[in-house]
Amino acid sequence: MLTEFALYSDRLFMAAVGVYVLAMILHGLEFARERSENALLVGAGGPPTPEPPAPAPLPPARPATAPRVRADRFGRMAVALIVLGVGLHIVSIVLRGVSAERWPLGNMYEFTSMICLTAVVTWLVVLRRSPAMRPVGLFVLLPVVILLFLGGTVLYAQAAPVVPALRSYWLVVHVTTISLSSGLLLVPGTASLLFLLRRSGRFASLAQRLPGADVLDRLAYRTTIIAFPLYTFGVITGAIWAEAAWGRFWGWDPKETVAFVAWVIYAAYLHARATAGWRTGSAAWINVAGFSMIIFNLFFINMVIAGLHSYAGLG
Amino acid sequence: MSTRADTPTCTDTPTRAHRDPDSRAWFGVAVVRNSWRALTSMRTALVLLFLLAVAAFPGALLPQRSLNRNLVDQYFADYPAIAPVLNDLGFFDVFAAPWFAAIYLLLMVSLVGCVLPRTVEHASALRAMPVATPRNLERLPHHGTAVLDAGLDEAAGRVRGRLKGWRVREEDDGAGRTFSAEKGYVREAGNLVFHLSLIGLLVGFAAGKLFGYEGQVIVASGGGQFCNTGILGYDSFRAGLRVDGTDLAPFCVRVDDFRAEYLPNGQAESFDASLGYQSTEDLEAGRVDEWRYFPLAVNNPLRLEGNRVYLLGHGYAPRFTVTFPDGQQRTGDVQWRPVDQVTLLSEGATKFERPGVTDDEQRRTTQLAVTGLLAPTTSGGDLVTSVFPALRDPEVAIDVLRGDLGLDDGRGQSIFQVDRAKVDSGELVRVARANLLPGQATTLDDGTVVRFDGVREWVSIQVSHDPGQNAVLVFAVLMLAGLGLSLSIRRRRFWARLTSVDGGGTAVEIGGLARTDRAGYGEEFDRLRADLLQTPEKDA
Ligand code: HEM
Repeated sequence: MLTEFALYSDRLFMAAVGVYVLAMILHGLEFARERSENALLVGAGGPPTPEPPAPAPLPPARPATAPRVRADRFGRMAVALIVLGVGLHIVSIVLRGVSAERWPLGNMYEFTSMICLTAVVTWLVVLRRSPAMRPVGLFVLLPVVILLFLGGTVLYAQAAPVVPALRSYWLVVHVTTISLSSGLLLVPGTASLLFLLRRSGRFASLAQRLPGADVLDRLAYRTTIIAFPLYTFGVITGAIWAEAAWGRFWGWDPKETVAFVAWVIYAAYLHARATAGWRTGSAAWINVAGFSMIIFNLFFINMVIAGLHSYAGLG
Repeated sequence: MSTRADTPTCTDTPTRAHRDPDSRAWFGVAVVRNSWRALTSMRTALVLLFLLAVAAFPGALLPQRSLNRNLVDQYFADYPAIAPVLNDLGFFDVFAAPWFAAIYLLLMVSLVGCVLPRTVEHASALRAMPVATPRNLERLPHHGTAVLDAGLDEAAGRVRGRLKGWRVREEDDGAGRTFSAEKGYVREAGNLVFHLSLIGLLVGFAAGKLFGYEGQVIVASGGGQFCNTGILGYDSFRAGLRVDGTDLAPFCVRVDDFRAEYLPNGQAESFDASLGYQSTEDLEAGRVDEWRYFPLAVNNPLRLEGNRVYLLGHGYAPRFTVTFPDGQQRTGDVQWRPVDQVTLLSEGATKFERPGVTDDEQRRTTQLAVTGLLAPTTSGGDLVTSVFPALRDPEVAIDVLRGDLGLDDGRGQSIFQVDRAKVDSGELVRVARANLLPGQATTLDDGTVVRFDGVREWVSIQVSHDPGQNAVLVFAVLMLAGLGLSLSIRRRRFWARLTSVDGGGTAVEIGGLARTDRAGYGEEFDRLRADLLQTPEKDA
């Protein structure tokens, strides 16, 4: 019975990944369509002679509209698929918990899954508030899909009870808040990266379709100031747990150290935002560095360096 | 517009006008002042934060002595060329390295230099009135005008009512009425609390490092006792810089029982130890025969006044009885150590001296060591391995060595091993090899019988003392609260100018400015405008 749940959970996980990939493809088509639309616009911008006898006031609109509508439709479908993916994803995580009879955040596979779910949900919230952001969706989904893929393969662990060290309600508090904040931080990380891309003037054809640099910058900042206190809370609860589980609240274990490094980098981001001359460009770099540390902590520290956190379900 | 926003800089703000320019003549003071200002500037803080992150990073990448000495030794073996260089630079003790300390101390000084003046400033800002209404409200990022169908006093009353919760200064400027209002002072308060708590947190952390200690000791289950009376009682001990071990708070623990539960695949499910303990008060009151009960478990330490006791691990101690040819018996059951954490296959060396031998020379040829492997659940083959971590079906595979154990050499030796050099030099010779189940024995060439009696469990416990940790927790919580306030609250200003118009009615002009990050004042201002001007005119 319970193993059956575990099986369904795994299948739903794969289904969610598949749906996210589809959404990505649709987002990609949306981009491609807009490009062809641009091409048509260029064509239509020439002498208006080859116009079919259309309503006179809108001569160039005809050829341009169809692809635009189609691009828009692709975009909408992508968003609808993301919503579907989130639904599948949530059920997958819930079933995981049911089958293992514990909070479904006991190993890196589950942890990564939760981070990605949070990132996608955050993204949907952003979209709801500013639908014009939609083209960014592709770039949010890309890291999500990569992380989920790695989570489902390299990091995968069978649904099972956890070791005694993890039997504590602090698991719920600490790991949940850490994964929520890590997932939230994926969005500003992406936004800052796109911001830098936009400002650098390279890949112009790509960059042009993104929202303006200031919009991306604001998205990065607003999400970071929600995620950073949450991350701080997660680290503090980790320390409280460590005091009960390992005999000291802070011991510079590799995972603690990188958590500290990431925290300091995000602190630097907030300071940069308040320092003349650093407010935008440098701040964005710092934000990207911060998220890199989160990812580094997730993969490198768990897989390469052994520490107290290494019961993460590998090996 | 961002230049108008008051950014929380410290000395990035232009030199304060009230400074007497003459004092600059004194060059030394100027230098000191300028470097102080440079140190406490936002930019420096930023650079120091960045350096702190960079400096801490090797602490995660390179093995650290404070965590695992063996890994450091391994690193020396693997990279003989660069390891000594890294060592000299302190890279194996990053968090104790002078350069690391230099960075965080500078950061702290910068922080204090930045935060204290700001605290004073904020205190006076709390008492000050909002700044006067600018002449030209149109220039502000948020702005609106309308003519209300109301008298001046009525319109003023409306503005006043809408600005509840704001700090308001209302003035009569001859032509009409002006309001200047400000809100969100808590942002700066939160910010200051955050930074001050950070300092408190560091002080608490340092106190723990100075006055704390941590010791590990192995205690046999089934009645083994340990008392926290001095460093020597511990197997390993890490003392804070100001701890010499002379005044540890005394208490005693007794491990009455230990239970481990495993899943069928051998993964541990729970570890529990029944502990008896006597607190410092108990001992001082002379209640030495009573033991209080505590269920010690992973994630459930025993918390005594100032000390915590943790269950760290467990393992097995095989019990051997040696019967010498003259009929004398000796029993040994020292702990063996797990070599495989999954199956708890353990290794060790149980050492014996022949009783009644006084001649040194003879002692050195008759010492015995029982070494080898212990499988808690044996595979049953000739080559003993363990298939399960619980004590279901134990078996030992032992070598019995006789000769000089080197116990008198004055060198400390591992309790888990014999001195390899003695084996290599032939002073210690293997005289038997056997696989034994409990109750089985092997007989040596001289008639000595070595019997495997059974297995006892031991637990390793840790005693931790950290007088700073409560302060650290309090400051961490304050820090988080301050952070939340300073990031969620916006400091913003609002102005209104009311003038009577000729044909009756009042002209109202309003303006707004967010003092901190530009984000987010817009919606609130829109609401203010809608309420006050009754025109849902779009924000300019
Ligand atoms: C000072 C103490 C601690 C800090 C700073 C800390 C920090 C972190 C961080 C930053 C992560 C996310 C890392 C990632 O991206 O993979 C994490 C994950 C996790 N932590 Fe902690 N933690 C602490 C204590 C603890 C304790 C005491 C436990 C349990 C005994 C624990 C269990 C976990 C688990 C299960 C995860 C998620 C899975 C994993 O990546 O291993 N943490 N912690």
